[in-house]
Amino acid sequence: MKKSPVITVVAIGIGAALFFVLGRFVSIPTPVPNTNFSTQYGLLGFMAGLFGPLAGLLIAFIGHALIDFSYGWGIWWSWVIASGAAGLIMGLAAKKLCLSSEPFDAKKALTFNIFQVVAQIIAWGLIAPIFDIIIYAEPANKVFTQGLVAGLSNIVTTAVIGTLLCFAYSKARPAEGSLKKE
Amino acid sequence: MTTFDTRLLAALAVLAFVLMAVSRIRISDVKILFWFSFVFMVLNNVLIFLFSPEHGCSIYGSRTEICHLFLRYYLVNEQLFYQFNVVLKYLATIPVVIVFVSTTDPSEFASSLNRIGISYKIAYSVSLALRYIPDIQREYHDISNSQQARGLEMASRKQSLIKRLKNAVMMIFPLIISSMDRIERIANAMELRGFGKDRKRTWYSARPFRVSDYIAIAVCILMLAASIALNFINGGRYFNPFAL
Repeated sequence: MKKSPVITVVAIGIGAALFFVLGRFVSIPTPVPNTNFSTQYGLLGFMAGLFGPLAGLLIAFIGHALIDFSYGWGIWWSWVIASGAAGLIMGLAAKKLCLSSEPFDAKKALTFNIFQVVAQIIAWGLIAPIFDIIIYAEPANKVFTQGLVAGLSNIVTTAVIGTLLCFAYSKARPAEGSLKKE
Repeated sequence: MTTFDTRLLAALAVLAFVLMAVSRIRISDVKILFWFSFVFMVLNNVLIFLFSPEHGCSIYGSRTEICHLFLRYYLVNEQLFYQFNVVLKYLATIPVVIVFVSTTDPSEFASSLNRIGISYKIAYSVSLALRYIPDIQREYHDISNSQQARGLEMASRKQSLIKRLKNAVMMIFPLIISSMDRIERIANAMELRGFGKDRKRTWYSARPFRVSDYIAIAVCILMLAASIALNFINGGRYFNPFAL
């Protein structure tokens, strides 16, 4: 796939719509009551890994803002910003992954997961709680605990769903140079 | 955005409900949104209290105990006042958001984003997202039905966690592959029509500014100025009645 700027624009739009639909309708109950795995972060890891940091940032930012809007409580800026940051950092892996042209192997799966873990630790462990304190003046121990819980569950979701998506996608796409002249 | 001045928040909350009334939105249409935000607000307040029952004391710098509740939890004046401010903050924002969501036309929203200086490519992404949410939602339900018809069990508590995540992938994967095709199709259509060739574009749904728009902008600037001014008057984000 050639990366024309139009592709990125459309990928951001469709990616944000997918992020919204997964966030609203596809959540997986965990053994802990009232806690769900947010499958959209698996999607985010995959889309950011395919389309790069800018796409990752905007998919997460727009998608998360739309989810918040749809619930009516207004945009919870601190977490929207954190989502955007997670998308941005995950997207930095795109250059190393080359998802659209090279096969996705165990080594690349490791790269993908290193990037996503770092991204989410920064997003949920630092950015979200710090902005919660700056904007909403919430108690520090509450926001850091929330960040920790959300971060851990998102890391697990992204590790499983994101990695599987990358494998499945690269298998479904014909590898570059797989056609031979006869 | 960051203010916690009780007087300003109260005024904004009143204004928000006036806006709600003026917009003539039927309550029955937005009841579910109110319900969601109400649950969110209560949950958040309970969490704040459980994690930090005396956060208010550190903010207002005093402690007026009313009575002992249980364990390390006391009913304290300052905490009550702080959480009252948190509730006010919700009351000031929720109606405005509901008005915004239910009265804004998606394509006008995109053209407005462009007008306030956001690159038209990003504005167009937002507009695409709003346009394709219903389509993708429908497609997701189709896939979900057909996977269930094939015997895929939907996330239930009986399954192990890994199994549930794998099942989710079985649902998400067809959706994403078809969305990838969709992306290519839309991008080709847009490229054929010359999208992205120029630095600027016009919008079919753009509307000229009217007097009422300027008044609205002026009111917003005034409110921002008030919150910044109060920040200096109060010597911080909080209005402190306990120090009077």
